[in-house]
Amino acid sequence: MKSAKLIIVLTVVTILAGLSLSLLNAWAEPKIEKHRMKVRNNAVKKVLPNVAKFEKDTINGSTFFIGKNDSNQIVGVSFIAKGKGYQSDIRIMVGMDTSLTNLYGAKILEQAETPGLGSKISEDPTRDDPNWFMQQFQDLKLDNQYINYIKSGQPKKNKAEIKAITGATISSKSVVNIINETVKDYKNYTNFAK
Amino acid sequence: MSKGKVSYLKEFTKGIWEDNPVLVMLLGLCPTLAVTNTAINSLSMGLAVLFTLTSSSIVVSLIRKFVPEEVRIPVFIVVIATFVTIVDLFLKAQFPEISNALGPFVPLIVVNCMILGRQEAFASQNPLGRSILDALGMSVGFTLALLFLGMIRELLGSGTIFAIQVMPESFQPWVIMILPPGAFLTLGFMIAGFNWVNEKVKT
Repeated sequence: MKSAKLIIVLTVVTILAGLSLSLLNAWAEPKIEKHRMKVRNNAVKKVLPNVAKFEKDTINGSTFFIGKNDSNQIVGVSFIAKGKGYQSDIRIMVGMDTSLTNLYGAKILEQAETPGLGSKISEDPTRDDPNWFMQQFQDLKLDNQYINYIKSGQPKKNKAEIKAITGATISSKSVVNIINETVKDYKNYTNFAK
Repeated sequence: MSKGKVSYLKEFTKGIWEDNPVLVMLLGLCPTLAVTNTAINSLSMGLAVLFTLTSSSIVVSLIRKFVPEEVRIPVFIVVIATFVTIVDLFLKAQFPEISNALGPFVPLIVVNCMILGRQEAFASQNPLGRSILDALGMSVGFTLALLFLGMIRELLGSGTIFAIQVMPESFQPWVIMILPPGAFLTLGFMIAGFNWVNEKVKT
């Protein structure tokens, strides 16, 4: 009978554990989902200027958020660019005009780069510090060029140059490449002028 | 560890100094070394451990008479894992930024040997009151050690404490301090300093 007791105790403990966790999950799940949506919505608003509302649109299997202002005019499009960083997958919300030649801004949605170094890519670009990494991605012209990164010196805005974070060149380079690749891809087949 | 009758106060304070889990028993070193690159991360990890350890100790102490010797470890682990998942879900729902910063280290509290160690060595053999005091003392000791480590590393590695600029602008941050080697170095010096103070106090 000894082994029966073992089985019963373990079963009861695990059932109670499972039960309490599923109750908690029912409470937490909608909150987590809501937060995820909020992060995404805030990101769209941050990377597009004067955006009042936006619509989700799927073109050739890619999702775009078409931003509109108060008088219902299209102010730009944003999309999520993703790719490999130094040690993690990086997801970036990118905001551009409909011809995909002006980069309005970009915001990191997800990353797990080296804490304190690569992770600096995701520090908040709302602070108007021109040295803030993501701040440099605001208002770049990408008509016949792509974003370049430099390691030292003063980046030139008209050449779409970005200064890499000291000690995190690979993470910085990845952000640049991910945005460039995605923009290049979308330029070929998307037309928002409708 | 506590065979004779020890005062309740002692039950609490031993975890903070003489049996400090990080500095004396060297338990739970994985989170200690991994998340202490900023003071806020250290504090959050400390609080997450405080909740997990205290809750687990309460439950384990309450059910200690019903749990047969043979299945005690799986039962402890299930109890701990449950509370860790609760912390994880709670942080994700209420404090998403902290949850992001701690990344995979919250789920990894399950295998923090300090927590299982306290269940095995203490809560499973002691009444509720003492188990709570022991758990609180150990967690506070753990949190203080982590916080201290995190503050030193953040100060030298980024020039800030709790993201507030402390060092003068001209200070060149020691990048190594916020990387894993910085954790080992700082912890080594901390343990040395701790032992030195103990020696001084004894003599």
